[in-house]
Amino acid sequence: MQILQYLINGISIGSVYAIIALGYTMVYGIAKMLNFAHGDIIMVGAYISFCVTSYLGLPAWVSVVAAVAVCTVLGIVIEGLAYKPLRGTPSLAVLITAIGVSYFLQNAAQLIWSSSPKNFTSVVTMKPISLAGGKIVVTGEVLLTVAACILVMVGLTLFTSKTRTGKAMRAVSEDRDAAQLMGINVNQTISTTFAIGSALAAVAGVLLCSTVPTLQPTTGSMPGIRAFTAAVFGGIGSIPGAMLGGILLGIIETFSKAYLSTQFSDAIVFSVLIVILLVKPAGLLGKQIQEKV
Amino acid sequence: MKKILNNKTTRTNLLTYLVVIVAFAVMQAMNSAGMLGSSMKGFLVPICVYISLAVSLNLLVGICGELSLGHAGFMGIGAFSGVIIAALLKDVVANDFLRLLLAMVCGGVFAGVVGFLIGVPVLRLRGDYLAIVTLAFGEIMKNIIGNLYAGTDSEGFHMAISTSKMKLAAGGKYIVSGPLGATGIQKLATFTMGFLLVLFTLFIVQNLINSKEGRAIRAVRDNRIAAESVGINVTAFRMKAFVVSAFLAGMAGALFGLNYSSVTASKFNFNTSINILVFVVLGGMGNILGSVISATVLYVLPEAMRGLQDYRMILYAIVLILVMLFTWSPKVKEFMSVIADKVSGVFKKKEAGTNE
Amino acid sequence: MKKFVAMLMAVLMVLSMAACGGSSAPAATEAPAAADAAPAATEAPAAEGAAPALKIGLTGPMTGPASAYGLAVRGGMEIAVAEINAKGGLQIEFKSEDDEADGSDKAVSAYNSLKDWGMQIMAGPVTTGSSLAIAAETVNDQIFMLTPSASATDVAMTGSNVFQMCFTDPNQGASAAELMKQKWADATIGVIYDSSDAYSAGIVDGFLTKASELGLNVAVDNAAFTADNKADLSTQVTQCKDAGCDLVFLPFYYTEAAQVLTYANTVGYAPTFFGCDGMDGILTVEGFDAKLAEGLVLMTPFDANATDDATVAFVEQFKANNGGLVPNQFAADGYDVIYALYNACVAAGVDGSTPAADVCAALQEQFASLSVDGLTGKGMTWDANGMISKAPAAMVVTDGVYVPVA
Repeated sequence: MQILQYLINGISIGSVYAIIALGYTMVYGIAKMLNFAHGDIIMVGAYISFCVTSYLGLPAWVSVVAAVAVCTVLGIVIEGLAYKPLRGTPSLAVLITAIGVSYFLQNAAQLIWSSSPKNFTSVVTMKPISLAGGKIVVTGEVLLTVAACILVMVGLTLFTSKTRTGKAMRAVSEDRDAAQLMGINVNQTISTTFAIGSALAAVAGVLLCSTVPTLQPTTGSMPGIRAFTAAVFGGIGSIPGAMLGGILLGIIETFSKAYLSTQFSDAIVFSVLIVILLVKPAGLLGKQIQEKV
Repeated sequence: MKKILNNKTTRTNLLTYLVVIVAFAVMQAMNSAGMLGSSMKGFLVPICVYISLAVSLNLLVGICGELSLGHAGFMGIGAFSGVIIAALLKDVVANDFLRLLLAMVCGGVFAGVVGFLIGVPVLRLRGDYLAIVTLAFGEIMKNIIGNLYAGTDSEGFHMAISTSKMKLAAGGKYIVSGPLGATGIQKLATFTMGFLLVLFTLFIVQNLINSKEGRAIRAVRDNRIAAESVGINVTAFRMKAFVVSAFLAGMAGALFGLNYSSVTASKFNFNTSINILVFVVLGGMGNILGSVISATVLYVLPEAMRGLQDYRMILYAIVLILVMLFTWSPKVKEFMSVIADKVSGVFKKKEAGTNE
Repeated sequence: MKKFVAMLMAVLMVLSMAACGGSSAPAATEAPAAADAAPAATEAPAAEGAAPALKIGLTGPMTGPASAYGLAVRGGMEIAVAEINAKGGLQIEFKSEDDEADGSDKAVSAYNSLKDWGMQIMAGPVTTGSSLAIAAETVNDQIFMLTPSASATDVAMTGSNVFQMCFTDPNQGASAAELMKQKWADATIGVIYDSSDAYSAGIVDGFLTKASELGLNVAVDNAAFTADNKADLSTQVTQCKDAGCDLVFLPFYYTEAAQVLTYANTVGYAPTFFGCDGMDGILTVEGFDAKLAEGLVLMTPFDANATDDATVAFVEQFKANNGGLVPNQFAADGYDVIYALYNACVAAGVDGSTPAADVCAALQEQFASLSVDGLTGKGMTWDANGMISKAPAAMVVTDGVYVPVA
C-alpha cells in the first residue's frame, strides 16, 4: 500500500522535473546549447503568475496566460541580446553567457520581489482523491502535471514532425549548414525555439510552484539542474526521453529516500544516473550518433 | 618554421611565469611595506588557489576539450583530506610549512586517486554526457562529505560516513563534523605556498601541453577519429589529463581548506565548479596566461564591487555577459579587426611616406 | 593575436568596471548610511565636539538563497541604530556586507572589508557557517563579536570574545524534548530535518540525545532532506504518516516548513507540528494560509503580535522600512544585538575613538554582568562561554496568532 503512495509522490515530483526537462531538451536539441538560465525563467513565470493572482486578484488561468506571455517575451529578449551575437562560437561561450543570464535573473528577481519567500497558491482547486481508506492520496496537482506533460510531449512531437516551422527546427538540429543551404532561416528558427522553450518554462513554473509552494528567487535553480539531469538521463534532445527521464528520476529519488536513506538520497540518485549512462551512453532514448570520419 | 613555433610557445610560457613571479614580488613587497589592507591580504591565498584550479581545469576543458562540471568535487576532496592530515600531523611534524606541504600533497593524491577511479568508467563518455556525469560526481562528493565525521580521542583517530553524529570518547575532538564541516582548523596557508603552488601547476600543465603527449592530446581534441586512426591511444591520454587535473585541484583545495578556520561541504557545490569554468572560458580555452589573469580579475571583481551593496551581484552578472559578448561575438571581433586594420594601415602609410 | 587582443580588451574592460565599482562605492554606501544618520545629523550639532561614532559591522547573506535571513537581521539592526542615533549621546555608524552565507573565503572577505572600514564591533554574522569562519578571525584581531542568529555551540566556544544572542542548537533541541515530555509524553514522535544544514542537524542531535534520556517514543528519526532535494518533502511527511506519528518535530526554517504544512494538509494528515525558533515567520509568508498553521507549536523568543510598546513600535517601523514585511525573530534578534551592544558600550564608556581591542576587553567585562531587556526576552544574561540565557517561550498558533502553551 505504502509503496503506491511513494510511487505517486515520485510521479508527482517527477512530472514536474519532466515538464522542465521538456523545455531544456527542446532548446538543447535544436540550438545545441545548455540553457542554464532555463530554471530561472521558470522562477520568473511562477512570480508573474503569483503576482497576477495575488495582487490583481485575477483567476488562475489568466495568470498562466500572463506568465506564458511574459516568459515568451523574456526568452526572445534574452536570446536576442545574449545568445544570438554568439551564434557560431564554441558552445562553451554560450554556456557561460547563459550562466550570466541565470545570475542576472536571480538577482533581478531579488530586487523586484525581495528574497523573503512567498507561498504560491496552487492553481488546482480540485480536492485530492483518497483511495484505500485515506491510505493513498492522489492530489489534483499530480494529475494536472502528468496531463500537462503528456499534452506538451505529444504537442511538441506533432509540432516538430508536422508543421513547417517544426520541420525547419529538426533540419537545423540535424545539420545547421545544410539547413541554411536549403533556404531555412536558421537564426529565426532558433529564436522561435527559444520562444517556445520559454513559454513551456512558464507553464512549468506554475506547475512546479503548485506542487512545491515555496517561491523564492532561487526556486528555479535546483529543480533546473535536476531537470537537466533528467533530460540527459532520458537522452538529451529526445522529447519522449525527457518525459521518461523526469518521471524516472522523481521515482528513483522518492524510493531512495523512502527505502534506502534520506541523508544520502542525492548521492544515490546521481550514482544511478552515472550507472545508466555507462550502460547507455546516450541516455535511455537518445540516439547514438555515429561520428563521421 | 617549427623552430619559430617552438620559440613562440616558449616565449608565451616564459611570459606566463614572468607575470606570476612579478605579481608575487610586487604583492610581497607591498605587503611587507604595509601597503595592503586586510581585504587585499585576504585575497592573496584564494587567488592563488583559484588560479591553480582554473589552470588545471583548462588542461581538461581547453586542451582536451572535455567539459567538466565537477571540478569543485576534487577541490573538496583535497580540502577535507588536507585538513584532516594537517590536524593529525600536528604533533608529529613541528614545522608548519612542511606540514602544509604534506597536507597539500596528500590532498592532491587523494583527489588524484578518486579522479582515476572515476575516470576509468566515466571517460568512455563524451561531451555533454561527460559534463553531466562530472556534475553528478560533484554532487555525490558534496553529499558524502556533508555526512563525514572525523575526530581523535584517547583511542586514536576515528572516521565515519554516517547519518548521525559519530560519538567520541570523553575529551575527544572533532576535526570534521558532518554538516558543520571542518571547524577549528589551524590556518597554515601562506601566500608563499600559494605562489609555489601556482608555479608548480604552471610547470606541470605547460610541460604536459608542450610534450609529445600534449600534442597528442590536442590532436585528440581537434579530431578524435583522425587521431585514433594514426595510432594515438585516446583513452590513455584523456585519463592522464583527468588525473593530473584532479591532483592539482586537490592540492589547491587543501591549500584553500587550510587558509580558513572552517570549511563546509556546501562550499564545493555546482556553483563553485561553474565559477572555475567561467574563469577558464573567459581567459580563453587553452590559454594558460588567460586563465591566470581571468581567475585573478574575476575573483577580485565581485569583492571590488562591495560598495554597490545589494546591486553587486546583478552588476557582476551584467559584466559577465558583456565580457563574453565582447570577447567572443564574431561581430564585435570583426569591428575590432577593422579598427586594427585601419590603425595598422595608418602606420603603413606613414612608413611608406618616410621611405619616399 | 586577435584572441590576445580580445582578451586584453576584456581584461581592460573588467578592470575599468572594477574601477567604476570602486569609485562609485562610497556613493552607494553613503546612501543608506545617510538615511540612517539623518536623524542623527540633526542632533549632531547640539552635541558639538562629541566623540566620533562607534563603528558596528554586520556580515550576512544579502544575496542568494539565504538572503531573506540576512536582510531581516539588517532591517532590525538599522531600526535600532536609527533610534539610538536619534537619542543623541553615543552615536553608531553601521555597515553591512554580503557574505553569501559562505563558510570560508566569502565570509572572511566580507569581514576583512569591514575591518578595512574600521569596524570596532562585529554584530554578526547571520549564519552559522560564516560565523565559524569569522569567529576565529575576531579572536585573532581581538574584535568583540555578538552574533544575532548563529546558534551552533562551536561558534561561542571559539573564543572568549564571541557571544550569541540566540539559543544554542543542542540546548534548543533539549528544551524541545523536555517540553514534549511535559505536554505530549505519550506521543509517537517523528522528526524531519535538513541534514545539510548545521542549525537543523545541531538541534536534532541535542533533541535525540535528550529524548532517549527522557524515554520519548521517537518513531521516525531520520526523515532528512538536503538543500539540494528540498523541492520534494512529501516523502518525509509520508514516512511520518505511515509510522503513525501524532507529533512531528520540524527543526528548520519556515521557508521549508510552509511546504510540509501545505502537503500534510493536502493529504489530510494532521498531527501536532512542533517547530523551533527558525519557524517564526511562517505566519507572515506572503500568500500562506494561516489556517494551515493552526495548532502549530513553536519555541520562539519573539512574537510580532505582542502588545508591549517596544514590539509594537518595532513592528511598525520595520513594516514602514521594508514595504509592509512583518519582522520575524531574525529581525528582532538583530535589533536586540544593537541594543545590547549599545548598553554595554555606554556602561563601559567606550566610543568611536576607543581602539577595537580595548572595546573588546571592556565589553567582555560588561557582558559578564550585563542584563538586557529586549524584544526577544527580559533579563537576558550571558555565561562565561558567551552563550545566552533567556527563557525559552513555547507558543501555539491559535486563530492565526501566538498564544503561550498552557
